[in-house]
Amino acid sequence: MSFLVVKLVSQRIALGLMLLLAASALIFVGTQMLPGDVAQTILGQTATPEALANLRAELGLNEPALSRYFSWLGNALQGDLGTALTNGKDIAESLSGRLGNTLFLAACAAVVSIPLAIILGLLAVRFRNRWPDKMISAVTLATISVPEFILGYLVMYLVAVKLRWLPSVSIVRPEMDFLDRIEAIAMPVIVLTFVVLAHMMRMTRAAILNVMESAYIETAELKGLSAFRVIASHAMPNAIAPIVNVVMLNLAYLIVGVVVVEVVFVYPGMGQYLVDHVSKRDVPVVQAAGLIFAAVYIVLNTTADIIAILANPRLRHPK
Amino acid sequence: MSKMKSQPSRRAFLGYVSALGIAAALGPVSMAEAAPKKGGTFVMALKGGESTNTLDPALSLSHVTYQALRAYSETLLNVTEDGGLEYRLAESVEPANGGQTWHFKIRSGVKFHNGQELTAMDVLKTMERHSNEDSKSGALGIMKGIESMSVDGDIFTVNLTTPNSDLPYLMTDYHLAIQPNGGFDDPAAGIGTGPYKVTANEPGVRYSFEKFADYWDDSRGHYDAHEILVINDDTSRAAALQSGQVHAVNLVSPKTAKLFARAPHIKIETTDGKGHYIFVMHTDTAPFDNKDLRLALKYAINREEMVDKVLAGYGSVGNDSPINAAYPLFDDTIEQRKFDLDKAREHYAKSGHDGSPIVLHVSDAAFAGALDAAALFQQSAKAAGIPLELKREPADGYWSEVWNKKPFCASYWGGRPVQDQMWSVGYLSTADWNDTNFNSPEFDAMLLEARAELDEAKRRETYGKMGRLVREEGGLINPMFNQFIDGMQQEVTGWVSHPNGNLMNGFIASKTWFE
Repeated sequence: MSFLVVKLVSQRIALGLMLLLAASALIFVGTQMLPGDVAQTILGQTATPEALANLRAELGLNEPALSRYFSWLGNALQGDLGTALTNGKDIAESLSGRLGNTLFLAACAAVVSIPLAIILGLLAVRFRNRWPDKMISAVTLATISVPEFILGYLVMYLVAVKLRWLPSVSIVRPEMDFLDRIEAIAMPVIVLTFVVLAHMMRMTRAAILNVMESAYIETAELKGLSAFRVIASHAMPNAIAPIVNVVMLNLAYLIVGVVVVEVVFVYPGMGQYLVDHVSKRDVPVVQAAGLIFAAVYIVLNTTADIIAILANPRLRHPK
Repeated sequence: MSKMKSQPSRRAFLGYVSALGIAAALGPVSMAEAAPKKGGTFVMALKGGESTNTLDPALSLSHVTYQALRAYSETLLNVTEDGGLEYRLAESVEPANGGQTWHFKIRSGVKFHNGQELTAMDVLKTMERHSNEDSKSGALGIMKGIESMSVDGDIFTVNLTTPNSDLPYLMTDYHLAIQPNGGFDDPAAGIGTGPYKVTANEPGVRYSFEKFADYWDDSRGHYDAHEILVINDDTSRAAALQSGQVHAVNLVSPKTAKLFARAPHIKIETTDGKGHYIFVMHTDTAPFDNKDLRLALKYAINREEMVDKVLAGYGSVGNDSPINAAYPLFDDTIEQRKFDLDKAREHYAKSGHDGSPIVLHVSDAAFAGALDAAALFQQSAKAAGIPLELKREPADGYWSEVWNKKPFCASYWGGRPVQDQMWSVGYLSTADWNDTNFNSPEFDAMLLEARAELDEAKRRETYGKMGRLVREEGGLINPMFNQFIDGMQQEVTGWVSHPNGNLMNGFIASKTWFE
């Protein structure tokens, strides 16, 4: 078994690295296709031909695109992500702060939403087709259907403007301690939980119901086990693979896809950082951020696959 | 130092420069208002900041870096609320050689935030960085008339290629903030002579400042600390003000401003400015090279309706000239152009246009509500039988790909302190930002004549002629001037509207206090 896992993981890592390289090339090509360059976007309406030429020369934009890509790649492979063209800030430094914030928000949202989704899913199976099941589905489907910025505004209006319980702005400052940070991000966590709940809950419900059709569940029921025990300890383990897949997908979303929530609550995460630099054609930053996002997807997908294999006795004990 | 204010206006600035020096020597002008209270932390939430921003004054373009510059740095002079000048890092200004040479006496006893003392050399270096051949500064366009610069003791001297009686106004440009050694060492370090010292610089997120203990002017910078939060989302910015998390916000949307003002602890301040929401035609490109077609379009736009619907009443109608009453030496006898479908039809017929659709390139990047304004324009033009076709352009890249490239597009101008500067950067045939490709030797000659003219009455007359010429011949369709709409808590005291910019032309943190 361990040999299988090691082989699988190493295969996946090699594949992942190749995917990353391909992603970096794609991102570079994409940024080259955008209209305008970083010098034009920095100077905007105040650009003059001389100022543009001087800025381009200083930023090294007169080099051919291909040599810019390879010199970036060479430096990146040595761990040097360089500095942002727009404001000269060290990319690794800015990025690590932003990534830390994003991971913190994603982790807090995951800690709340994943157990909640699974428990709600189990409850829905236990009371299937009765009112608790219908209510859980109705509420979670409603919250996933509302655009996330409207959810954000609603929560903000109620909690921050009317009740004044929480701050409407989630800006985190270095001097804040852990509890202050939790308070600052409470509202985005609420909104993100609403956004991801339905997907995971419905998949838990569907996967378990699928297993519940099996003969061995009937046996368990006939043995006289309680309904919840049948679901939790007999049906659930066999339904883990699809659930984990969906959980990982949502985790990836929480890390790479929350730019709207970041904007609404003014949270300094990766999303807004990437969007700003794309609109300014700041290629080195876009490359670095794009690679991190690609890596997040690859790692989480690989993890989902491995967990699925470990959870499946037939794959764990091949004949 | 004193609460020195210069002359109430710029009238006969050249002739009165020496008198101004005397006024300053007489000591503080007494002010009627109560003494400002000191202390507190003033927090603003601003739209117009990205994580790509830098504190380098040369590359500052957004609202947020503009406000940050105003907090941490200073220019030689400032424009006052009534269009006059006040001395900041320059103590006095003296023209020579009929306005071709200017001597600025640099204030002594001013310290940079790094402890260094301000010298005339720092000023020279700053101006060099914005005008030398390697310059990438956004101010490069306005620095072109400078032939040479020099320093003698505490006097900084500028020699111009042609006389310019408005040179002191050029020195008020916010890009020209004085930095130690001109910012050649580290332009984005955020070190200046302003009332607030930068303590945190997180582009696109927040900037924080503390009061600079050695600041030279007691009448400015009343807060102990100051913070700027970047909140680009209109609703979130409004919520931050309503929930009391911030003291002031910029760019309140006209549609919600009235609702906003209902909250008892919030006030809305509106300012008549120089900014205008416009459509520009390239006068050298078909079909816009036809004066009758241009006039047809100018008559076919319903200005009143646009002010009502696009600006929700927060603005005033334009008159196809970039100049309005907020400028010194404005000629108010120029007839207001009205919405007139008959005249539009008449000129359109005269133009002999073949009836093919006239394409207007537009995006909300040009100004808030540009798409709505263009749709209104399309409908009113249709009533005159003029077929306008709207081409919606992506906001991303609008200023580099559409503006100044496409022959007919929506645009925005923020205005300049004086008429000379506005005309020079936007309408002189050789100007980089001549976005109507306006080319009139007559106009150019009048501009140079007015620039060197010392007699105010004559200048006013010449500016009036130039305004009429652009209104008649130019490629500018100017339906409206927008107002700045700022929101703040009632406790923010000391507000004075400034026509040159929102939030008191950027000086809200320097000039207000908590009551």
